[in-house]
Amino acid sequence: MRKQAISSAFAAAALAVGLAACGGASDSTSDAGDAAAADGGVKLGLVAYAVPKPGFDQLIPAFQKTDAGKGVTFSQSYGASGDQSRKVEAGLETDVVNFSVEPDVTRLVKAGLVDEDWNQDANKGLAFGSVVTIVVRKGNPKGIKDWDDLLKSGVEVVTPNPFSSGSAKWNLLAPYADKSNGGQDAKAGVAFIDQLVSDHVKVQPKSGREATETFLQGAGDALLTYENEALFIERQGEDVEHVTPPVTFKIENPVAVLSTSKHPEQAKAFKDYLYSPEGQELWAKAGFRPVDEAVLAKYKADFPDPEKLWTITDLGGWGEVDPALFDPDNGSIAKIYNAATS
Amino acid sequence: MAAPTTTPAHPAARAASKRRLSRRTAGGVGPIGLGVATLWLSLIVLAPLAAITIKSFENGLGGFVDAIDAPAARAALLVTLGVSLAVALINVVLGTLIAWVLVRDDFRGKSLVNALIDLPFALPTIVASIVLLSLYGPQSPFDIQLNATRPGLVVALLFVTLPFVVRSVQPVLIELDREVEQAAASLGASNLTIFRKIVLPTLAPAVLGGAGLAFTRAIGEYGSVVLIGGGIPKETEVASQYIQKQIEIDRFVNAAAVSVTLLLIAFVVLFTLRTLGGRAARREEHAG
Amino acid sequence: MILTRRTTLSLRVVALTYLGILVALPIVLIFFRTFEDGFGAFWDQITTPAAISALSLSLLIVAIVVPINVVFGIVTALALVRGRFRGRGVVQAIVDLPFAVSPIVVGASLILLWGSGGYFGFLESTGFKVIFALPGMILATIFVTLPFVVREVEPVLHEIGEEQEQAAATLGASRWQTFWRVTLPAIRWGLTYGVVLTVARSLGEFGAVIMVSAGISGESQTLTLLVHSRYIDDHNTFGAYSASTLLMVLALITLLAMTVLDQKRTKDV
Repeated sequence: MRKQAISSAFAAAALAVGLAACGGASDSTSDAGDAAAADGGVKLGLVAYAVPKPGFDQLIPAFQKTDAGKGVTFSQSYGASGDQSRKVEAGLETDVVNFSVEPDVTRLVKAGLVDEDWNQDANKGLAFGSVVTIVVRKGNPKGIKDWDDLLKSGVEVVTPNPFSSGSAKWNLLAPYADKSNGGQDAKAGVAFIDQLVSDHVKVQPKSGREATETFLQGAGDALLTYENEALFIERQGEDVEHVTPPVTFKIENPVAVLSTSKHPEQAKAFKDYLYSPEGQELWAKAGFRPVDEAVLAKYKADFPDPEKLWTITDLGGWGEVDPALFDPDNGSIAKIYNAATS
Repeated sequence: MAAPTTTPAHPAARAASKRRLSRRTAGGVGPIGLGVATLWLSLIVLAPLAAITIKSFENGLGGFVDAIDAPAARAALLVTLGVSLAVALINVVLGTLIAWVLVRDDFRGKSLVNALIDLPFALPTIVASIVLLSLYGPQSPFDIQLNATRPGLVVALLFVTLPFVVRSVQPVLIELDREVEQAAASLGASNLTIFRKIVLPTLAPAVLGGAGLAFTRAIGEYGSVVLIGGGIPKETEVASQYIQKQIEIDRFVNAAAVSVTLLLIAFVVLFTLRTLGGRAARREEHAG
Repeated sequence: MILTRRTTLSLRVVALTYLGILVALPIVLIFFRTFEDGFGAFWDQITTPAAISALSLSLLIVAIVVPINVVFGIVTALALVRGRFRGRGVVQAIVDLPFAVSPIVVGASLILLWGSGGYFGFLESTGFKVIFALPGMILATIFVTLPFVVREVEPVLHEIGEEQEQAAATLGASRWQTFWRVTLPAIRWGLTYGVVLTVARSLGEFGAVIMVSAGISGESQTLTLLVHSRYIDDHNTFGAYSASTLLMVLALITLLAMTVLDQKRTKDV
């Protein structure tokens, strides 16, 4: 009996190793795309922030149909932008990264994993973007239309933890920019955030996606999130609608190829595909604002223009904003979070 | 799962086998085997725990205290302890009751029910979380919304700690000599008196032991509460969730300090209950 | 104690109601929700490439952890029962330690030891990755399953005593022969029970593994991580239920094995 047990254990192990070796597989029931890695095929690793999966679900199969993408399989990982960036810094091997905010790429530049000139190309390393929007229950029972409405008595706001999530940073920059008039009156901006976080934010989801889940499970009256995430859950049939305030913030999500990538050629080809007209259309269809102006114009219906769209450049760029507001020990917004929740 | 007790061999037999001992330790593993076992345990268990203990005191004792005194850490620990205590108490009552029914009662399907008790042991904690969430979460068919509430935490923890008291008490109940009870009854003692003075003292060590195990399991639980708890700081965030968050934002000393605190609490509880249980057992023996 | 029929019945009702609501009802509900659209929908969800990869990773981890635990577990049990050394109580306590440690603390301490910033972090620079790779997940699983084989084999070793082994020795058997022919057959049911518990715990481990795994779909997700990721990341509730049902079936099989083996080992000794 013992000998039998040992040999069957070995057989199981061998089988398991064989199956596990076909890695990086997709989890959708419809596509059979990544099941078998072609011999000599390249496997690209993609580490992304929490919400772009609906986009990549379209772009990866399309890329695999192009010449550059033939025989390329993907292993994908999605999670809170800060957490993902830290994991790559700590040694998680991959080829392409797509984070929510620039500082998460800068962390990798500092660690020597991404070339310093990653954002010197024509698109500044940004393949797509979005705007900050507010998701409310269908019918908008609490009548939330603008940032001030969030401070109404009894309104509970769901927004992720800015220490782990990139989405959280965008969410807070939008009302901050509005109230501080583009950073000119930092005090007013911080005061608003203080009131918002201290009195109206209770839950602390880790990432943009977890915040969505928490909201859909019944917590809160308003969810601050990316427009693309709002479109995603609406298209899934959830009982929600989104309201974009007249003054909001432009979200720009960077993409970079790791200098330590084992397949730099294919990785760059994939990155370039994201900018191609074909790729941009797919992003737009998935609900992400493309950077290609022509494609953006085509999908105007999904992407209305807000009255005023602040950008990170208006505030002085991430190099200034991140330390001033979000540095874990000294940032003004970080201090508010620490006081309220830690 | 029966909790095996390592009863030492009877002293006479032990002495006898010592005398018969040949120079070779026939069935033992000798010094090399002992060395292997020690190395193994050190590498797998002791080294990581030592690492986390060292890390927790990286900023000195003051740093350790500051870390667990931070409002969110304190709140997480209090929520955890409070909920776990409630769960342990409920288990004491209901676990003993269930053990009683399984031992003293008889009905069709009893063996099935008995086997069911072990299900929480065999079921992955995350599955327990999803399963409970489907019943008490936003898609609940009975419209009971317990997610992101403390009662929700209690339900999840009751699920995973179910077997501890039951399995602890069952063997003792089975062994219980009914003659003493019958004698007391024939002398006119009421059921309540019999239970209080004869049954309960015998069961007490087992109940306490099981409750201790349940409490220790509850304070460290993660998988079964991660979905249904909601992780709201100062309300439903438990210590394990707090530790995980701190690790993720690279605040290692905080995470280590709270972890070591959990370990200390577990040890103290288990040690206290074992001593109390041992004392009670010895009293029983002497009382004859 | 002779209880009135009424008391007996009330106790029974309380016990069964509690168990019914706490344990049976949720399980039944998940089975129902998983199969209400037919078996095909369930099958689709557990045969996606990612699901198959998750199952095989879980099984791979079991296939590595079980033999290691069997070998070292038996050695440790023999040392504890047959060995004569001081500090036996300490070693016994260390063996029981994993029961008292939260899975998150297991993951955290492994990261602090083997992670790139950890005390053994220098290993990373040699290219051998522990955290965010398979070795880390193996170490985490071994930690939580370490006590099972030891604790199930120990009492059996106590019970059977050393006489048979002594006899074999005096008849000229080598230590290895004694072990293989005398000791091992005697402990086989206890050992098997310990193995079953180890398998169940390995398949079900979540908290420790989620911290040390890279969590990449199709590569480093175990079945339990798949359930979590489907629910949270993919917003695929049905997929999460399906994977949960698969794990529940494995749990029920384990439960069955435990019940059968329990009878065998109490009979056999």
